[in-house]
Amino acid sequence: MKSEIKLFENGKRLDGRMPDELRNIKIKAGVLHRAEGSCYLEWGGNKVMVAVYGPREAIPRHTQNPLRAIVTARYNMAAFSVEDRKRPGPDRRSREISKVISEALESVILVEKFPRATIDVNIEVLDAEAGTRCAGLTAAAVALVDAGIPMKDIPVACAAGKINDQIVLDLGKDEDNYGSADLPIAISPRTGEILLLQMDGHLTQEEFDKAFDFALKGCHIISDLQKKAILEKYQSEAGGI
Amino acid sequence: MTIVPSIKRDYLAKLAKNGKREDGRAFDEFRNIEIETGVVSKAEGSARVKIGNTQVLTGIKMGIGEPYPDTPETGVMTTAAELIPLASPDFEAGPPRENAIELARVVDRGIRESQLIEVEKLCIEPEEKVWLVFIDIHILDYDGNLFDAASLASLAALMTTKVPAKRFELGEDYPLPIKEPPISCTSVKFNDVVVMDPSLDEEEIAEVRLTVATDKNEDIRAMQKGLNGSFTRDEIKKVIKASIDNGKKIREQLYKSTGK
Repeated sequence: MKSEIKLFENGKRLDGRMPDELRNIKIKAGVLHRAEGSCYLEWGGNKVMVAVYGPREAIPRHTQNPLRAIVTARYNMAAFSVEDRKRPGPDRRSREISKVISEALESVILVEKFPRATIDVNIEVLDAEAGTRCAGLTAAAVALVDAGIPMKDIPVACAAGKINDQIVLDLGKDEDNYGSADLPIAISPRTGEILLLQMDGHLTQEEFDKAFDFALKGCHIISDLQKKAILEKYQSEAGGI
Repeated sequence: MTIVPSIKRDYLAKLAKNGKREDGRAFDEFRNIEIETGVVSKAEGSARVKIGNTQVLTGIKMGIGEPYPDTPETGVMTTAAELIPLASPDFEAGPPRENAIELARVVDRGIRESQLIEVEKLCIEPEEKVWLVFIDIHILDYDGNLFDAASLASLAALMTTKVPAKRFELGEDYPLPIKEPPISCTSVKFNDVVVMDPSLDEEEIAEVRLTVATDKNEDIRAMQKGLNGSFTRDEIKKVIKASIDNGKKIREQLYKSTGK
């Protein structure tokens, strides 16, 4: 079933991309009025909105850490974001994604500065087309900057994978469904530290190395887009320097 | 509920006494409205509506299911609203609470009772298969007057919905059959002044709220009073008049942005 579908032909992918080409990405910082920081991101057919609240007192109190802040990311898919309506509310998949994203963000945020606090990162997937966790984390990073949360770096995420024995960057919808491996990673681009790493499918060691290189390359391109989006907002606020 | 400092309360009341509102609007004036349709490609219909800073996104999904036994030849619609924590520091994750349920039900009633969707045209096989219409309302940014924003977003989304017949191998896609939309306008009262389209601050000090939905013929199609205060007969008359006037303008804008 999986290998029967031609996903890669004549050096090009189904949607016409080269193996190491990203989908189109658009990032906008500060799109919501009520949130402390926010970001809207379009990545191919994905549309993601993130709002950051906090640091504020963590409730219920037993969740508080007396030495540092906790980071609570909540990844949620809108009922209308997928082909067949998704029942509202968290399921096992979204709980897992929320957890790995929280942990990735926690490692760059200066959590020691805010004991007993929580930093809430709400990730809403409005339109989904493969790679929503990377889109969510990338947008969350921009929203955190917009909220003025002190961080060691602006984290960024991107995936690579394998389709028809070919390693490709940033899997699209059909590639995700019918491809043979998916490797989403998140890094701290300044230091190269790896903040999130998941893999499913089948990769040889060489293939893994190549996929990892691809994903890293993607991360660095997207990192520039993140910085541009942040500059765009704050330069115009400062009167267009 | 956030605690509005009493300074703010006094300030708004004092302004109102001089015939003014915090953002410079007249008492019966709406904030600027933006309507954008077709914003979610996976949805059969979608619309993002901004009323001032308030932002609501409604997506329509359709599927096929069984009709209710008492209405074997009509389609089924359900409305759900989520006050997601994205929109306000006071919204919490989890199953819908009272407020979200009231919001969804008021919007649902507006659509259902006005028979906006021609559900009798959504039957595929009597007693067996009918179209299901899911209206999901996402609050993105909360600055007051969710009722009007949510109902307007739902109307705009429904008016641009395509029935996904092709996906279920039932022929070509076609527009969802709908009738004239009723427009809802909400007013609140505090310190004996009545203001249209309350901002969040005004909503928080409001004593009583009234939502009036009116149609093209200036008839009233739905009303809902909320909160524990009260209106006089005269005030209600004024609210209805203002709702009809504003409704007219909003309807024009709705038609324009949905290409009808």
